Amino acid sequence: MNDPKTRLRRTMMFVPGNSPKMINSADIYGADSLMFDVEDAIAITEKDTARHLVANALKTLKFHSETVVRINHPTQTPFGMDDLKVILPSKPDMIRLPKVEDVSEVQLITDEIEKVEKENGWPEGTINIIGAIESVKGLYNVREICQQPRLIAIALGAEDFIANLKTQRTKTGIELYYARSQILMAARDAEIQCMDTVFSDVKDMEGFEREVTNSRDMGFDGKSVIHPKQITAVHRIYTPNDKQLTHALKVLAAFEDSLKNHKGVLAVDGKMIDGPIVVRAQRIVDQAKAAGIDVEKKREEI
Amino acid sequence: MTKILAKSAKAGFEEKNDLVVEVSPLQNGSGVVIDLQSPVKNQYGRHIEALIKDTVTAEGFFDVQVNVLDKGAWDYTIKARTIAALERGMKQ
Repeated sequence: MNDPKTRLRRTMMFVPGNSPKMINSADIYGADSLMFDVEDAIAITEKDTARHLVANALKTLKFHSETVVRINHPTQTPFGMDDLKVILPSKPDMIRLPKVEDVSEVQLITDEIEKVEKENGWPEGTINIIGAIESVKGLYNVREICQQPRLIAIALGAEDFIANLKTQRTKTGIELYYARSQILMAARDAEIQCMDTVFSDVKDMEGFEREVTNSRDMGFDGKSVIHPKQITAVHRIYTPNDKQLTHALKVLAAFEDSLKNHKGVLAVDGKMIDGPIVVRAQRIVDQAKAAGIDVEKKREEI
Repeated sequence: MTKILAKSAKAGFEEKNDLVVEVSPLQNGSGVVIDLQSPVKNQYGRHIEALIKDTVTAEGFFDVQVNVLDKGAWDYTIKARTIAALERGMKQ
């Protein structure tokens, strides 16, 4: 089983929680995570039917991807607590808490999860939380929010955030630069994962790829996607090239050798290697494996 | 505990892979009466009816008329729409 804290989340695809047709086919596109949405994708009059549909899908269908359910906010709306009551017993891998602004909201959900885990005899940590920062207030509290033990990832939800900023999305992304940076720093400080926001113009693949490349280069672990065709592009962008993989494998081999032979200082291709470089090398190898590259063959070639 | 519907209620949509389930209260002792319309009634009619009946009784209801307009829904959808319709029918 994948460790929920470190598993690859290059893509998290939104799936409208009240569409059986989309739920039925959601798993075939290869997204690392599927996020069933019972929040903004669902009309106020259908919140009840959506939560039952998602809960029964999770209980019945076997998904290869990680399963996440975006619930309605537990205190800002009258629907969130009912969502949890119906959804948690269906054992999703994660609950996405939208519009998180305060640690107390994460604690509230953590308490509900713990209750259900105990009732069902599931190990602690069976269900985890991803928070989404979607307001300035949330951004100001993001460091504290990220330190919550059950929260294993944080995301930026840009549409609400830019409405709060009183601006709009641009091609350069300048309006989100500060928020992206802050959320990323908070995530790295708390040693949790960080997901970038959606790119809603499905037709503009060039703009999409530019944004994914930029957020990858900033340090994001992955991207929220709204259409299956965006998945392939993200996975390609997050796949290490041959040079990166070769170097990463050399680093790991040198590191293993140093442990075996009690060597102190390490060097690969004339450059000194230390802890963070080994961690990064392992990450590159994991990404290559996830992309279907025959890493063992590559290792033999070196 | 036996539950009783307060009113008729519907859940679901007339869309591909979905179904519309309408539940109505029946007199005590009537049982679960199902009227199913489905493009796969010949192949799966008995399975769908048994699934609906099991779902209704598992939810604690025993005297219910269930009208179903199926559009090729999978089992989890049939169950979810039935539960949602019953939940709606419980509310005054």
